[in-house]
Amino acid sequence: MNRPSFTWKLYIAAFYLFLFAPLLVVAIFAFNASQFPSPPWRGFTLEWFTGTGAVFGKPGVLADPIWLASIGNSFKVAIPVALLAVLIGTVNAWVLERAEFRGKTFLAMMMLWPLVIPGVVLGISILAFFSRVANGLEDWLQTDLDILRPGLPLVVLGQLSFILTISTLIIAARLRKFDRSLEEAAFDLGASRARVLRTVTLPFLSPALIGAGLVALLMSFENFNTTLMLVGSEAPLPIAMYGQMREGASPAINAVSLLLMLGVGGIASVFALTAKAER
Amino acid sequence: MAASSHTATDLDIVNVTKRFGSHAAVDDVTFSVAPGEFFSILGPSGCGKTTLMRMIAGFEHPTSGDIRIRSKSMIGVPANRRPVNMVFQSLALFPMMSVGENVAYGLTCRGVSRAEAEERAGRMLERVGLKGFGERRVTALSGGQRQRVAIARCLVLEPTLVLLDEPLGALDLKLREHMKIELKQLQGTFNTTFAYITHDQSEALVMSDRIAVMNQGRFEQVGSPRELYHSPATPFVASFVGETNRWQGQAASASNGAVAVRLSSGAVVQGQGSGAAQALAFVRPEAVALAQDQSSLANLPNRFEGRVSAVLFDGAASSLLIDTAGFAEPVRAVLPQAGPLAGIEVGAPIHVGWTADAMKVFAA
Amino acid sequence: MIAKPAQSLTLFLLLAPALLWLGLLIVLPHVEILILSFSERVAPRVYAFGFGNYLEFFTEPLYWRTFARTAFMSILVTALTLVLAFPIALYIARVAQGRLKAMLLLLCLLPFWVSELVRTLGWMILLRETGVISYALRAVGLASQPVELLYNDGAVILGLVYGGLLFMIVPLANALESLEPAVVEAGYDLGGSRWTVLRRIVIPHAMPGIVAGCIIVFMLTVGNFATPVLLGGKNGLWFTEQIYAQFITRFNWPQGAAFGMLLLLLSSAIVWLGLRLTGQSLGTTLKQA
Repeated sequence: MNRPSFTWKLYIAAFYLFLFAPLLVVAIFAFNASQFPSPPWRGFTLEWFTGTGAVFGKPGVLADPIWLASIGNSFKVAIPVALLAVLIGTVNAWVLERAEFRGKTFLAMMMLWPLVIPGVVLGISILAFFSRVANGLEDWLQTDLDILRPGLPLVVLGQLSFILTISTLIIAARLRKFDRSLEEAAFDLGASRARVLRTVTLPFLSPALIGAGLVALLMSFENFNTTLMLVGSEAPLPIAMYGQMREGASPAINAVSLLLMLGVGGIASVFALTAKAER
Repeated sequence: MAASSHTATDLDIVNVTKRFGSHAAVDDVTFSVAPGEFFSILGPSGCGKTTLMRMIAGFEHPTSGDIRIRSKSMIGVPANRRPVNMVFQSLALFPMMSVGENVAYGLTCRGVSRAEAEERAGRMLERVGLKGFGERRVTALSGGQRQRVAIARCLVLEPTLVLLDEPLGALDLKLREHMKIELKQLQGTFNTTFAYITHDQSEALVMSDRIAVMNQGRFEQVGSPRELYHSPATPFVASFVGETNRWQGQAASASNGAVAVRLSSGAVVQGQGSGAAQALAFVRPEAVALAQDQSSLANLPNRFEGRVSAVLFDGAASSLLIDTAGFAEPVRAVLPQAGPLAGIEVGAPIHVGWTADAMKVFAA
Repeated sequence: MIAKPAQSLTLFLLLAPALLWLGLLIVLPHVEILILSFSERVAPRVYAFGFGNYLEFFTEPLYWRTFARTAFMSILVTALTLVLAFPIALYIARVAQGRLKAMLLLLCLLPFWVSELVRTLGWMILLRETGVISYALRAVGLASQPVELLYNDGAVILGLVYGGLLFMIVPLANALESLEPAVVEAGYDLGGSRWTVLRRIVIPHAMPGIVAGCIIVFMLTVGNFATPVLLGGKNGLWFTEQIYAQFITRFNWPQGAAFGMLLLLLSSAIVWLGLRLTGQSLGTTLKQA
């Protein structure tokens, strides 16, 4: 088993080609001086990034208010999702690892549950439930409650429903590795409970907090299935891309994709670096 | 010992009991530790010594009884307000801080200014032989250095009492031997009261001024290392502290502390102690005299003839196992390192003997 | 341990976020669609209890055929993904060493941190009539006319397998990693052939990883939306699309809710079956991933 055969190696090489081919063509055709993201190659251009539309009739990403708005919408969703995921995930991790109460095993199982629910089903169930709540409250309060209608706030809730599981798992895994005698030692040396938390426990958890935040950010940015069901008039990036792809898009979509890849690559390398520094 | 609370003591444990459900982990324990003393609690794992120590530190609360430090009751005082600091089994050095920050931690908790805390931590590191290590990460230290940081972190707070929970447990044998001596010297230079718990009798014997032997939640005996070794008060202490031969039998006759015991395997031995019907007899390997002819053992009350069944060579701790008529298990004796018996081989005939004083007899 | 009032208050405060999350975002919404799925419109804005939505599913061939097709294709995709991923995972776990190993694993991870939409866009550019592959085939003379590779089942399966690979490779590689080399060597030493060792030692050991990978890939596939719709076009016919159509396009929520329950049932049933057949638990399975 230690000497891989030639066919095996060939297969590995073909596999990685297969893995990167779609990403590569997306990146390459972002620079094609053509109306459509298709061959033949008509020369190099940055028009699809910065162009105002003077050359091809359609603007580049950075000059197109529609793309810019969708990127902005994605951030409007991803940032609250990431912050809440870390905050609530930490509390949940504490419950799972530190608290003792009846029904804890059941609660732990419930926390895993969102992972086995299809995203579309999560989306429609939250949509239906919050509509009912909104209808009830509106009848009662005699006012409009747009916050519970399809739109970015509902997208935040929908994404949180399963991203919380991920962030809880990441933080709980780190907390499980924590040596409780460190807290006792700090307490023994005269620190107050709050100080122990601030100077010992949270610094120990911080790689997991950052990690969970970044993962939540990425998952939120990329989520499509749940978001699709809950989105209102303001479309986050994946929804905007989906719309464009159905209609046949200009290479501006390749440019957006390339920016997205670079962003993800950046976050991934931050991730890898902090993980390495930990070891 | 009950009277010692009237004299100056650093620690008084008064009738302390700790129950977990119906199980008493610590069962009515009373003792005192004098200032500057190196006091050890020695016992097998699960004997309750860790629970006892955690109660002194303030991580557990006694079911009944009192814990006093310098005559002040600690009941209801949280761990972070007790003048007691603990060296943990895992050492529990803060991996997210430098060596200097670890040592300065307790000082900053007390509100000492950052600059002063750093300076005092630096001086303390110097005293434990870690000058200039302040900036290092704790993960970059050797086992012995980590040990010293853990102790320095406590000593810098000038506590009344330092608790040490088997801190040498994780070290390899060589370093452990070295650290025993170093710990003892450190304690001497700082003249701080140490309470040390361990399951390793050698650690306790080498370092302590006094040792309490603990078993099943109770103290079996409290005394100096020599007292425990030479005059064990209970069969548990006799077999737990040091190597020993141990035989079972019935007391044949008893008068004035002198007991004759007929072993189940046949031999009759003369010893000192209890004349209860069911008896346990103990004799240390080094108390067993060896000779090639019977005449040189003539004045010993216990004399037997046997044959060497095994030579367990271990340098200075070498011993012989001698199959002896009338004994169910071979007699263990120290292998002489010089003289005619130094080169003795398996199968050689040999005479063994010991005095009645060397043989302790307890009720089984 | 007797809970003091202060302790129970702390516990309650710690539990509150989890209870709000699970209650408001998971449990109650699912109760809501369950109820919704059993309600029929009897008059405008008037609904009554009934099984009509489920009956509609069984009587309208388009619905149940799409459902069966989705289930069948998802199983096919899962099996294909397993077969394609196994040699890669084996190579990463047992052949590659040190830097190369880390590199190969990282390279596997990278594409999957990029949005599903971007990956699908890539396949569209490659496969469509005016796309890269069609262009290349004409350029080398293998085709005389543009070739349409998009909008068929093959393209849908390709896209779904591609999307599932990572979620198969990682649990597989983790499971294979934990196999002691000495055990494999002992297998050879005792006279096993390469195939016997693989079948009797390596695959049984990797079983938890295989189950975990298959379950995750199946769930992701069955619940996928963008890939079948974009790569399959009108021929995509995926069940999630039916749910979307009922909810968003036709605004027939009770019907959509019934479809949602059916999809949830399918997904849960397969997960349960997979766990049952191999004697694994959900917790350990998810940890593999």
